[in-house]
Parts: sequence; structure tokens; C-alpha cells
Amino acid sequence: MSTERMVATDQLAPEALHHLADAQINVELDTGDMILNLGPQHPATHGTLRLVVRLDGERVVSADPVIGYMHRGYEKLTEFRTYPQVTTLINRIDWLSSFANEVPFMDAAEKLMDIEAPPRAKYIRTILTELSRIATFLLFLGEMGLQVGALTPAFYGFRDREHVLNLIEAVTGGRFHPNFNRIGGLKDDLPWGWVAECRSVMDIVFEACDTFEKLVAGNEIFEARTRGIGIIPADVGSSYGMSGANLRASGVDWDLRRDGPPYLVYPELDFEVHTHPDADSFARYIVRLEETRESARMVLQCLDALPSGPVMAKVPRIIKVPEGEVWVETENPLGQMGYYVISKGATGPFRVKIRSASFSNVSILPWLLRGVFVPDVITILGSLYFILGDIDR
Amino acid sequence: MAPDPQDDATVTDESTAVDDGAPAEATEDAVDSASAPNPVHEEMAALLQAGGLGGDSVARSESVFDDYVVRVANRAWRHAGEIARDALECDYLSFIAGIDWAPAPKEGGEEASGDTSQPAQPTEMTFGAAGSAGRFQVFAHVQSTRRHWGLTLKTDLDESAPTVESWVPLYPGADWHERECWEMFGFVFEGHPSLRHLYLPADFEGHPLRKDFPLLARVVKPWPGLVDVEAMPGEPEAAADTETAQA
Repeated sequence: MSTERMVATDQLAPEALHHLADAQINVELDTGDMILNLGPQHPATHGTLRLVVRLDGERVVSADPVIGYMHRGYEKLTEFRTYPQVTTLINRIDWLSSFANEVPFMDAAEKLMDIEAPPRAKYIRTILTELSRIATFLLFLGEMGLQVGALTPAFYGFRDREHVLNLIEAVTGGRFHPNFNRIGGLKDDLPWGWVAECRSVMDIVFEACDTFEKLVAGNEIFEARTRGIGIIPADVGSSYGMSGANLRASGVDWDLRRDGPPYLVYPELDFEVHTHPDADSFARYIVRLEETRESARMVLQCLDALPSGPVMAKVPRIIKVPEGEVWVETENPLGQMGYYVISKGATGPFRVKIRSASFSNVSILPWLLRGVFVPDVITILGSLYFILGDIDR
Repeated sequence: MAPDPQDDATVTDESTAVDDGAPAEATEDAVDSASAPNPVHEEMAALLQAGGLGGDSVARSESVFDDYVVRVANRAWRHAGEIARDALECDYLSFIAGIDWAPAPKEGGEEASGDTSQPAQPTEMTFGAAGSAGRFQVFAHVQSTRRHWGLTLKTDLDESAPTVESWVPLYPGADWHERECWEMFGFVFEGHPSLRHLYLPADFEGHPLRKDFPLLARVVKPWPGLVDVEAMPGEPEAAADTETAQA
């Protein structure tokens, strides 16, 4: 630096000097904007989500999610399927909790046909829905550790989820795609000895939740990486259509199992809806952790109250759904899942609008990622917890 | 409240002076799905009216199971969304989507031999809840996380130039839903910041969810599962033949 300049700066006010220093740093260390492609193949994206991130140094200037790598056109395909065939498709929307996807569609068809599933079928549906919620969340509770660099919890998550998947497999024959619901009930009853087995697995689930609470949520590094990161105010979240545990972690006390139109046996169950005031990544972890416990409690309640009787109502051999339309929504593990089914009295639907949770949950990313640091992008993606099949449909 | 099944939608009374006019067959639909008056829906209707959505802005409204369907005039679309958001406290946008009410064409063209059109759909155009003036409609579902209610809003779009106002200024989440709808149906949302492809490649032509867009897989080859499907019995025969699947 030349002497003349030193003299010149001497005569400036201290604030101006500060600005000058800023300007000099900007000239010398000008980083410029960099475009970073995150994905389509990235472990944090649970599939093929591509994020075009514009970076200024370590900070995100803008993020544009590019979706559609897994678009299968289910809304079109449903128009070329009969109602029982549609179940196969909707199994693959959110493939971690397929059973929970089937329930609202069956509900829609049953409402239009004015059929009601027998009580036992409703109870078993509730149990399997909650089991798929537990399986989905156990994977999250483990994988969230992975997003901040802890490998161990991921293995615990996979290990404990396997017990729950075994239960689902024992009933339905499939670990991921049960295809077990029928319009008017279920394909089959529970296998012998399953109820006792289910009770013992719930003990494992409670234990797993305790482990995750100590190992992940109680970890100093995990807290440092998630607390205050990715804050979503309640009004922003709901205006983007964000739902489920993500919205409850923003302090919105809204759960369709309790607050929506009654479905399955939830009105008869005694359960709590967990919320968290912090609205950050940590809050989303805690809410899912509490909901996993709550789901296990609900399964135990259902097992206690499980009525006997048939699992299938009287239905015509050929399913023809009368003309009409219906909107059915349920609280799925990832959030609000809904089907707007329009029938023209044929064997297949005329139009099905599939409202999947992850689509709206991810649409908030351009707003949410603005200004965060690159490593936090990964934890935020992880904490929102989406499934690509649920975005792309 | 009068338990008249036809009168479950309180806004219906103003529906006479609609610019497009509800088609005659739509009234029959209303009788179909009409149920006992729903007090929640009546409260919503009253709030909508108090908020300023009435007169010829509302074409028809109807209770469909737990859902309340209100069909508004095209020009009142954003206004209706605003009233739903502010007067009904519907802070949560569930979805925005389109409907093409045109009957599905026979797969493989009219000359196709054999029954390749499974599942059979009617060949004439009929409309669903709250009716429609034409082929294209946009519908949206909004909900309140505080009042725990929700409603479906519908509006008709002109077939030759399907446009409607964008909801992005009301709900930022409308962005992706409207992009999807534009891509799949070709509906233009006026005021949307950037209508570009969401799922499909940028050079994709056509609007896949329109009924006249063929599902190529079915045109090239009949549905392989077709051989397993038994011939559809006639209506009276089917009733006699009602076997039950009892577990």
C-alpha cells in the first residue's frame, strides 16, 4: 500500500475506513457466483433430486430443485387401470410407507361405493399404517445422523426398521409393496402368533427411540449442526402446503388423524399430537422421534382392542364405482396424502388427482435454502425427509 | 335449517345469473350426491358470502361427502382464493390441479378391433360436483390448520384459450402446482412468475393429462392383462351374479 493512500485514509471517518476495508477484501477475495449441481445422484436426496445451487462462497444465493427424474405419470396411468389395479401403482408413490398410501384410495373407492370395511379390517389397517409410519421414521432417525456425518445411527435405524418390516411382511407378504388392501377390506387376516410378535417388536421400537434420543438428539455435534438451521415459520410452511411432522415442528398443532375427517379407527384411539416451537431441523427430528413412540403406543392400543370378525365386506365380484367424486385425505408419515377421485361409473377412475406430501414439502426449498451454508443444505434436505417417488409420482 | 336435500348448498340461490349458466345435467348430479345439510359447510358458505364472494361470482356449490365444493366464475378465481385465505382462514394450500372432462377416446383409434378401451368409460361428456360450463376446469383444495376445515374451489376455463389468474401471490406453494397444471393440461396461469416444465423435458410437446393425449403404450400394444379380463356382464346379470369375496 502506498504512503499517499495511507495519508488519505487517515483523514477519513472510522466508518468509512471500515467500508474501505470491506471493499478491498471484496476486490481481493471476490468469489463470484458458482453454480453447483447437487444430485441427481446424491445420498441426501433419497433418489434422484437435482438441486441447481448458485453459491457465493459458502453461501447459497439461490436454489432451484429440478424434479421429474422419476416421473412415471401415475395420474395418467390410473385412467387406464381398473380400481383394484390402481393399488399397485399407488404402492409406489411413497415406497417407504406403501401401506399408508393405499388406505386413502381404498377409502375413496369405498365412500363412492357406499361400502364400509368391517371393524377388524379397519383395526388391522390402522395397525399396518402405524407400522409403516414407524418403519419410515426409524429410517429417518438413523439417516439424519448420517447427514451430519455420524455413520452408526444409520445402521441402528436400518437394523430396527427390519423388525418392523418383518412384521409387515409376515402379514402382507411384501416388505415394501404390500398391495394388501382390497376395496371393502383386506386380502387376508393376521397370521397366527402375529399379535404377540408385534407386541415384542414394539418394545424394540421404544428401545430404539431411547437410543436415538441419547445417541443423536443428545449429541453436541448434532445439535450444533441442526439447531437454528432451516427455520420455517408456521405461516410460510402452510402457505407452501408443507404438512405432516414438518409443519408440526413449526408449532402448528394440526394432525389429520385427529383433526381431519374421521378415518380408520383413529377417533377411538387415545393419542397425543406432538409439536415443537423451534421450527428448525432439530425440531423436525424431535417431533418425528416423539411420533414414532406415539405410533408404537397406538399399535399397542389397537392390538388390545382388536375385534374379531371378518376382514372383508360383501363386495361385487366386478368393482364398478358409481358416478361421483370424492376428496380423501390422510395423515401419512411424510404429511398430507390425498386423492381426488372422479368416477364416471366405470370399472376404472376417470381422473385421480394425487396429492402427495413430499411434492409440497420440497417446493419450499427455493425459499428455505436462500442464504444457508452448503453443509447445511444437506441437513435441511435430510430433515425435511422426502421420498422421490412421492415428489414425482 | 331446512333439511331439504337440494338446499344443502346455501350459495346455490345466487347461481341463477351466472354468465356461463350451469348445464341441465349438472343439476341431476347435485341430487345424486346431496346429503343432509352440513353445518360446517353452511358456516363456510356464510363466511364466503360475508367476505364478498357471492352474486354471480359463485356459479354453484355443493357438499360432497366431507368436502365442500364451490365453483366460481373464472374472473373471480384469485378473489375467491383470497377470501378463502382471509375470511375462512385457509392458510394451507393442499393442491391446484386441472380436469379435462372430455370423454376418453377409444385406445388405438375408433377402428381398433377388440375391446382395447378397458376400463370402459362413458362416451359423452358429463360433469362432476358443482358442474362445469365446458371441457376444462381448474380445481384447488385449501384448508385451515386452525379451524380444521377445508374446501375445494373450481373454476371453468375456456376451451380455445384456457387461462386463469395465478394464485402465486396468495400462496407461494401454488408455483409448482400451477407449473404442473400448465405442463399437463396447457392451462395458462396469468401472473405466474415462470411457467416452465416441471416434470417433463423442456422440449416436450403436448399436454399429457388431456384426454386426447394418447397413452402410447396402449396404442402400440393392447393391455397385456386384457386376456385375463372376463367379458363385462350386463347390469341385471351382474346384480344376480354378485358373488361376495368373503374371507
